[in-house]
Amino acid sequence: MSAPTREDICQLENEVYSRTTLLTPAPLSYCPGCGHGTAHRLIMEVVEEMNLQADTIGVAPVGCSVLAYDFMDIDMQQAAHGRAPAVATGIKRLYPNKFVFTYQGDGDLAAIGTGETIHACNRGENITIFFVNNGIYGMTGGQMAPTTLPNMKTSTSPFGRDVETMGYPLKITELIANLPGTYFVSRQSVHTAANVRKAKKAIEKAIQYQKLKKGLCFVEIVSNCNSGWKMTPLDSNKWMEENMFPFYPLGDIKVPK
Amino acid sequence: MKDVRLMKGNEAIAEGAIRAGCDGYFGYPITPQSEVLEYLMANKTKERTGMIVLQAESEVASIHMVYGGAAAGKRVMTSSSSPGISLMQEGISFMAGTELPCLLLNVVRGGPGLGTIQPSQADYFQAVKGGGHGDYKMIVLAPASVQEMYDFAKLGFDLAFKHRIQVMVLSDGAIGQMMEKVELDDERPRWTDEEIVKMHTWAATGKTKNRERNIITSLDLNPVKQEIINRKLQAKFRKIEETEVRFETIQCEDAEYLFVAYGSSARVCQKAVQLGRAKGIKVGLLRPITLFPFPYKEVKRLAKQVKGIQCIEMSAGQMIEDVRLGVEGIVGVEHYGRLGGIIPAPDEVLNVLEQNFIKAKIYERTH
Repeated sequence: MSAPTREDICQLENEVYSRTTLLTPAPLSYCPGCGHGTAHRLIMEVVEEMNLQADTIGVAPVGCSVLAYDFMDIDMQQAAHGRAPAVATGIKRLYPNKFVFTYQGDGDLAAIGTGETIHACNRGENITIFFVNNGIYGMTGGQMAPTTLPNMKTSTSPFGRDVETMGYPLKITELIANLPGTYFVSRQSVHTAANVRKAKKAIEKAIQYQKLKKGLCFVEIVSNCNSGWKMTPLDSNKWMEENMFPFYPLGDIKVPK
Repeated sequence: MKDVRLMKGNEAIAEGAIRAGCDGYFGYPITPQSEVLEYLMANKTKERTGMIVLQAESEVASIHMVYGGAAAGKRVMTSSSSPGISLMQEGISFMAGTELPCLLLNVVRGGPGLGTIQPSQADYFQAVKGGGHGDYKMIVLAPASVQEMYDFAKLGFDLAFKHRIQVMVLSDGAIGQMMEKVELDDERPRWTDEEIVKMHTWAATGKTKNRERNIITSLDLNPVKQEIINRKLQAKFRKIEETEVRFETIQCEDAEYLFVAYGSSARVCQKAVQLGRAKGIKVGLLRPITLFPFPYKEVKRLAKQVKGIQCIEMSAGQMIEDVRLGVEGIVGVEHYGRLGGIIPAPDEVLNVLEQNFIKAKIYERTH
C-alpha cells in the first residue's frame, strides 16, 4: 500500500485544528515564540464563537501589539500610548450594546496609561481590558517596564532593576481588583496547552460579563518576551515560570460573588 | 415666538451643542469654562436628547474619550481652558492623523503656565498653527458674542463632519463668562446608529458582512505611504482655505484706517470705531471669524485702501503675523496688546491707532 497523499490527509474528518476565521491572513509581526499571537487568536476565537464580529470594536495600544488591527478581522481603533481605556470609554458610552475591548501591554497600561486604567476601572466602565504583561518594553527594544522584576536586566537597567533607585514592579492587576468598579479580574498565561485552555475560559467570562453589563473585566496574560529577555523561546518560558509566576501568580484574582 | 434667553457664553455653547444633536461631551473642570460641564449636567441631557455627558479624570482622558466617540461616527465634543488644552494636544494630533470630526472649545485664559484665570488671546498660535505634533490644521472659529458661542456649536459640528476635521471654537474668559441675550433655534435630532452607519462609512461601528473592516489609525510605518497620507491632508486644508473663510467688516467702505481684531478684542474695537467716527476719523474694523482659514484676501484688499492697520490682541502679537502675511508690505501694520488677562479699553486702542498712524505720521502709503 502506498503512503497517503496530502489530499488523503487533508480531509474534514481529520481536522483537529484550524485557523480562526476572525484572524486576517496577514502574517503576524511578532517574534517567533512570543505569546501575543496566541493571545490574539484566543480573543478572536471567542468573538467568533460568540458571533460578535459585527458588534465588536477593539482598541489597539502603542507597543508590540500596535498593529493588532492588522491581524484581528474586526473594526478597530489605534489609541495613543496608554489612552486605550479612555478611548474605549468614549466608544462604549455612545454604543452601550457593542462589545468594546482594549488590548494593551505593560508599558502602555501600567506606566503611561496608569491614570486612564485606574479611572476606567474605578468608574466600572462596561468594557474588557486584555493586558499582556511581559515585564519589558518590547517594541522600543527591551527597556525597563513598570512590571520589570527586581534585578531583571533590561536595556535601561543593564545591571538589573535596582529597586532602591528604579522603584518596585507594579502589581497593577491586584491594585485594580481592589476597586469597586471591576467585576472580574483574572491572571492567565498562554505558554502551554493547559494554560491556553484556562486563558480562553477567562476571556469567555470577561466577554460574557460585559454582555450582561456587569462592569469592567480585566484579563492579564503573563507572557514572555524572548527577544527582549535575550533568551530562546523555550528558555524564556522556563524563566517566566520560575521568575514571573512567583511574583505574578496565575489564577482568578476577583470573581463575582 | 422667538426663544430668547439671557445666558453666559459657556452656557450658550452647551445649549447650542444639545440643540445641534451632540451625542457626547467629555470634559474636566477648569476656570473659566466649567459652566459648560455644569450646564450640561444640570440639564439632564440623557433624558432630554440622549446626549451622554461624562466628567473625565483629566483633560488627557477627555480628549481620548472624544477620539473614541468620534471614531465611531458620533457628534462629540470637549471643552477646556488653556492649560487643559495644552494637555489635549496629543489627542488632537491623533484625531488630525485619523481625520476625525469633533468640536473643541478653548475658553482662553492668560498664560504661560498656570497664568491667570482672566481672559486672554495668547493661544492663537497653538490653535491656528497646530499645537500638537505633525503637520495639521484645525478649523478655528472665533466668537465675539454669546450668540456666536451658541451658533458656533452647530456650525462647528457641521464643518467638522463636512471636512472630517477638528473644529476649535477659540473663545476667551470674557466671552465665556459674560451674559448676553441669545436667540435659540429648534432642537435638531441626534443621528440614529443606523444613520451613522449609512452616512459615515469610515466609522468603526462594528464590521458587518457587507463591508471591509474600518480601521482608525494614524500609523503607517512606510514613509512613502505616510507622505501620501500627509499630502491628502494638505490638499484638504487647501480646499478649506478656498471655501470656508469667514469674516465681518464694520464701516470699512470708506475707511482710511483699519483695526483688525477677533473675539473680545473685536468687541473693544467695534466701540473704538464708533468713538473714532465721532471724532471724524474714518476708521473701520475687520473681524476674522475663521482664524484658520484666515481671511488673507480681505486683509490684502483692505490694505490697498487704508493708510494703516492697527492689530489689537490680548497677546504679545500672534494674529498680527497672519495679518502681515495678508498685507504683503503694502501698508504699515502695528500691534497693540494687553497681556496677563487684561482687556484693553476702546479709548485706549483708538488712542494707539491715532498715535501710530495719524499724529506721528510715521507711515505713508507705499502704493
